[in-house]
Amino acid sequence: MSGAVVVVGGGHAAGELAVSLRQEGYTGRILIVGAESHLPYQRPPLSKAFLSGKVAQEGLAIRPAVSYEKAAIDLSLSTKIVRIDRAGSFAVSANGEEIPYDRLVLATGGRARQLTVPGWNGRGVFSLRTIDDVLRIRREFKPGRRLVIIGAGYVGLEVAAVAIQCGLHVTVLEAAERVLARVVAPQLSAFYEQVHRRAGVEIRTGTEVVSIDAETVGTLGLLNLRCSDGTALGADLVLVGIGLVPNTELAEAAGLDVDNGIVVDEFARSSDPKILAIGDCANHFNEFAGRRMRLESVQNAIELARTAAATLCGKVRPYRVIPWFWSDQYHLKLQMAGLSHGYQEMVLRGTFESESFICFYLQGGRVIAADAVNRPADFMHTKRLIAEGGTSLSAHALADESCSLKIATGLLPA
Amino acid sequence: MPKIVFVEHNGSRHEVEAEVGLSIMQVAVNNLVPGVLADCGGTCSCATCHAYVDEVWFRRLPLPSEDEQMMLEGALEQRSNSRLTCQVMTTGQLDGAVFHLPASQC
Repeated sequence: MSGAVVVVGGGHAAGELAVSLRQEGYTGRILIVGAESHLPYQRPPLSKAFLSGKVAQEGLAIRPAVSYEKAAIDLSLSTKIVRIDRAGSFAVSANGEEIPYDRLVLATGGRARQLTVPGWNGRGVFSLRTIDDVLRIRREFKPGRRLVIIGAGYVGLEVAAVAIQCGLHVTVLEAAERVLARVVAPQLSAFYEQVHRRAGVEIRTGTEVVSIDAETVGTLGLLNLRCSDGTALGADLVLVGIGLVPNTELAEAAGLDVDNGIVVDEFARSSDPKILAIGDCANHFNEFAGRRMRLESVQNAIELARTAAATLCGKVRPYRVIPWFWSDQYHLKLQMAGLSHGYQEMVLRGTFESESFICFYLQGGRVIAADAVNRPADFMHTKRLIAEGGTSLSAHALADESCSLKIATGLLPA
Repeated sequence: MPKIVFVEHNGSRHEVEAEVGLSIMQVAVNNLVPGVLADCGGTCSCATCHAYVDEVWFRRLPLPSEDEQMMLEGALEQRSNSRLTCQVMTTGQLDGAVFHLPASQC
């Protein structure tokens, strides 16, 4: 097919889709329409090396503008699409321009979830999703300032790690009883809590913010937070990291199936055969998991983009990946593979004290997921073990450092 | 500018100009070379920018970090001349260097 492919959204998935289309031999027009003013860029460093200043803004772009030019990929940045006309096969931008498409790909991503308490959008309250967000936060990142982070997920904890190393006073409030509660086992939550506390971060779990009041005078400074446990907390700035809301409004208004994301099949096709959806906004079917899900990860953005590119080029290549994620905090390299949801047993190889270990999540005797800290080789082997069905080692052997995971995954003869 | 050669697993050859100071992975990504997937963006977390470096060039490279070594150990089809291209910086010395991409990154 060689008509015009229009991509709504200019993030990681959009960039990858455009490039993959060219690599698959697609010759028609490709247009990326992005609401942000930036070329497609890496989001993971936003809460890590870009926030700390180790990586400059120029280092975030996935590739420079000239790469898109050479590949005849058109980019229309700072352009928001406000409507899709499916009958007429065109998208409408905020300034009223009609952009015709033969195939439309929705890569609309998501936006940071906001608090709903009084003061949620006041001065000094930030969320972190874009380059521009970080530029704003960085201006306030000064030693001695008091930062309160609401939400102890990856973004919250990564920002805590950077902030404490920048000399800020950091308090993390988490509504759940432990940090990273949605994604890791309680033992690992305890490990990360301890690491942060040792670094000087105050962590209060089981605590929600009730209101954020701006104080012009008084002892608590700029912002005064009231918490669900009745305590008050002063802050110079607040970072809200309580998850992501998928941008599905366009799809919904266009009458596409939407259910916690734009519903697509294993080929990234929505309920309209001319429209596909990829990345954080897509509730997709993953053959590996045997069910549908919506994932917020770079890997998912990239792989679903590649799936969609294949589909657009008439190739049959269903989406089948083992989800994996990573998070860098302090000197700890956390790598996670698989989906631990519904695990029955956790097996530990290595020790928390050594800060080098891997947690295996087992279900019915099979490894379904693993979280590795400073264990890249074990992580890579285990990812493969999970791909192969996760059955070749007993819980006892998994925990035993003398049993090689490399052999277990068939990379080396026993 | 030094020239870098990437050879896909299917034999397709890509000769590209490389800016000194960029990682070999970034050179491949900038030039839309298929087979350097680079999922993690160069943080040595995914091993999807794995390549086999022709021997004469391999010997000229600075040694891999411990992180890279550990990731390589877990990579599919590791060989004695394996490197993660996100950890290899382009220098004038690498003019003409050949990087073969593994089957797993087709």
